[in-house]
Amino acid sequence: MAKKIAKSYIDRVKRENAKRDKKTITSIENAADEIYKKIMRKGKPMLRFPVRSLSNVSYDKRKGYLEIGKARKERTLTVNTVKGFAQTLRMMGLSRELVQTNDFATKRDVYYQSKNWAEAKFSEQSESDTVMDDIEALFSVDDVSREQLRFVPDEHGGAVAGELVVLDPDLDTGEVERIDCTRFGSGAYSIPSSVEHLSFETKAKFVLAIETGGIFQRLQSHKFWKTADCILVSMAGVPTRSTRRFIRRLSDQIKIPVYAFVDCDPYGISNIYRTLKVGSGNAAHINRFFCVPSASYLGVTPQDIIDYDLPTHPLKDVDIKRAKDALKNDPFFQSKRQWREALEQLLKMGVRAEQQSLAMWGLNYVIETYLPAKLANSKKFLP
Amino acid sequence: MPRKKPQASRTQAASKPTAKKKVSKKKASKKSTAKKTGTAASRRQGGLFDSEPTANSDRPKKKTAKKTAKKSIRKSASTGQGDMAIAEKMAAKQKDISVSEFFAKNRHLLGFDSPARALLTTVREAVDNSLDACEEASVLPELIIDVRATESTQHVVTIRDNGPGIVREQLPRIFARLLYGSKFHSRKQTRGQQGIGISAAGMYGTLTTGKPMRVTSRTSRRKPAVELVLAIDMAKNQPVVKKESEVEVEWAHGTEVQIELEGTYKKGKHSIDSFLDQVSLANPHVKIVYSNPIDEEPITWERVSKVLPDPPNEILPHPHGVELGILMQMMKETSSRTVSGFLCTEFCRVTPNVVKKVSDETEGLGKKIDTDRHPKRLSSADVKILHKGIEATRMMAPPTNCLSPIGEELMAKTLRRNFDPELVITVTRQPSVYRGNPFQVEAGIAWGGELPGDDLASIFRFANRVPLQYEQGACAITQSIVGTPWKNYEIQQARGALPTGPLAVLVHIASVWVPFTSESKKAVASYDEILKEMRLAIMEAGRKLAIHLRKKRRLADAERKKDYIKTYIPQIGIALQDILTLSDTQRTKAEGNLSEVLERSRKM
Repeated sequence: MAKKIAKSYIDRVKRENAKRDKKTITSIENAADEIYKKIMRKGKPMLRFPVRSLSNVSYDKRKGYLEIGKARKERTLTVNTVKGFAQTLRMMGLSRELVQTNDFATKRDVYYQSKNWAEAKFSEQSESDTVMDDIEALFSVDDVSREQLRFVPDEHGGAVAGELVVLDPDLDTGEVERIDCTRFGSGAYSIPSSVEHLSFETKAKFVLAIETGGIFQRLQSHKFWKTADCILVSMAGVPTRSTRRFIRRLSDQIKIPVYAFVDCDPYGISNIYRTLKVGSGNAAHINRFFCVPSASYLGVTPQDIIDYDLPTHPLKDVDIKRAKDALKNDPFFQSKRQWREALEQLLKMGVRAEQQSLAMWGLNYVIETYLPAKLANSKKFLP
Repeated sequence: MPRKKPQASRTQAASKPTAKKKVSKKKASKKSTAKKTGTAASRRQGGLFDSEPTANSDRPKKKTAKKTAKKSIRKSASTGQGDMAIAEKMAAKQKDISVSEFFAKNRHLLGFDSPARALLTTVREAVDNSLDACEEASVLPELIIDVRATESTQHVVTIRDNGPGIVREQLPRIFARLLYGSKFHSRKQTRGQQGIGISAAGMYGTLTTGKPMRVTSRTSRRKPAVELVLAIDMAKNQPVVKKESEVEVEWAHGTEVQIELEGTYKKGKHSIDSFLDQVSLANPHVKIVYSNPIDEEPITWERVSKVLPDPPNEILPHPHGVELGILMQMMKETSSRTVSGFLCTEFCRVTPNVVKKVSDETEGLGKKIDTDRHPKRLSSADVKILHKGIEATRMMAPPTNCLSPIGEELMAKTLRRNFDPELVITVTRQPSVYRGNPFQVEAGIAWGGELPGDDLASIFRFANRVPLQYEQGACAITQSIVGTPWKNYEIQQARGALPTGPLAVLVHIASVWVPFTSESKKAVASYDEILKEMRLAIMEAGRKLAIHLRKKRRLADAERKKDYIKTYIPQIGIALQDILTLSDTQRTKAEGNLSEVLERSRKM
């Protein structure tokens, strides 16, 4: 029975993968074909990229993420752009090959692969990263993500612990690995760089995304997930793409709320939480895949600083600048009244407080008092 | 505290009263114009004298010596009588001090202050003299220069020219007496000007090695050469012939000087090698064969022109360039009987009509000067007014046919010979005038080739074809090169610095009287008119250089882009073939089309 389920699951994943891969290859081939046809008509071929800057970003409340606008910039093939053009096309060719051979390449891998491209090779990885960003933007218009282009990030994903079973199909053997995230002892499950093929089984009531490894460890070792019936995810700073994608797929598939628990400072709010929820401003072309619109902000809120009488540090100049910038330029914060008030309150107080400042009231105060109190009143979470 | 100061200066003044008084007295006796000297006036005059570059206030005796020297240089006949009794008493103590003795004690003034410079100065003076002599006799100059070490810091310098030679009677005076010569009084473009150099070199040699100089000269193929061994009687400034003989030489005519002196030979910017290289730059008609103690083979600069430069004409001074003191002197010495006659005969561009205008101008300056008066009867106040009147009168610029520039073509040839550059640009400006003196500026730029690309440009400065090797920073030529906007000409230049690049810049000023910043003739003074002409010459050359460099850059760009296209189009072809699984023919066709499109649109 289980075997049958596994087989159907693997077949489904294979089908989905095949569909995605076909779409990727079609996108690449269409782009190349357009160029080829233009050349055969003796015209100047061009590529159209979405403009990647804050001026071309908007926040759509309904969709729930920062969205790239309609502005496009054209790159026509001229004498000055011929090198970049050749590199872009070669990298598209590499992507197609990766899809066909069911392989992947990290940024660094791509850089070294380019060494086979004779004069079109990159001399620095920063050059190949730029071209990769271009290609990603180019195909984001067709809803093809970087992962679908088989370019994966080098960076590590976050850690997961709690009431969750991750189903990871091995397409070669036809086996489906069942990874029980409660059974890592004092360790945790590490999110892989590509999460598209995963599926989940859980009875948890919510996901708690935590900024610092310190708090994650405390909650994990005291099995907070058991008492609160939840899934713990450590973001370790600004969440990586795969972490964001993992939480997103989790929340999409099993429809449970995602609560963010971060430091109460402009960085925790406008960088970590904002990126988790609506995506990042300068990579808006990928936000539709890499955001968790259902996330809400558990704490630490500016009001918590007062309510829990937390020890604070004064805001630094860079904090003040960041908060003011969020109020002035960020379409997300601009559209949320509660956030505008919270940020203004924070600025007025002129202080910040870390998650771990709760330790002043006892090391396990966060488990025993703070989180239960907050969770009892989830309506009060900031949007 | 502030009270202490005047006291100190008073004691100082009291400690050497003789010096102070001598100065004021001297002044009084020199200029018959000096009035009754109040203390204030004498202090002022003393101050004036102190500001002379040669003044040296802690050695009163030397001051007198210098004074005498100065007097001789200006050929001043100081016949005035001081009207103070003390002056007469002091006059008894004052005795004539030989210029030779003066220079023996002040050899740094003439360029013999270090062993390395002494060697260079000796060669410089001999070369100047030889070239002037050859050109005056219309002989294409050929110089044979030999520098040989006798001890590590002692060298024998031998310089031979193929000039007209010098008659026996003149030899001792020319080579062994200071301030003897034909050039100082003339207003003519010549290299040497003061008649000090070569005899000073001989004297320096005698002072440092104890050996007299040897001079050999032959005036004609029909006569044997005369060889003199010469020393200087320093007390009397008189030559002493130690030995005289007739010798057989293989050359038909010319003069050879041999001086043994203490000096060190070195290479570099201030070396004899560098000097001769520069001489050859500014003198395309000169051949130089030069042997030095280090290189095995002699270095030869072949002439690039077989034509002597036009002999510079001598001109009368222009009234606008004459200084008040000189005017007074000239009026004392003239044989004309009227001011009008004096002005018309001793200056150029002065006609009776001009004299009338000058006279009219003086009327507006306080006193109309009657130009029919005898020049010697004018009071100094009158001369002052006359001088101002001359300044205020407009008159024709001096004639400029007295100048002999190198010329654009020949300058280009020597630059090519010496630097083997990729490009040479030369500019000879039209003559111009500063303070009544005609002058002409030339500029040459050599670019590329073997010239070092990362260094500051090499600067070659010339005054009347003579290289200037010292005090580059103080020179009008350097100022005008630095002040040129090189960036406009595609050449790098840091703010306030010389340009950077494979560049040699030559600037030549020819004039009947080149204004130097000091007597040692190292740097050209910055007169506005001169700076302007220099700047214009360099800028004109710079503009021409820029045209070439831009064209070169455009061609290089085009070539680079062509390469660029050739390099990357196949990569586009490969990628397209890869993605679209094209056939080889399709790929080749696409690559061909693409090249065509890019080549066509390549507007550079």
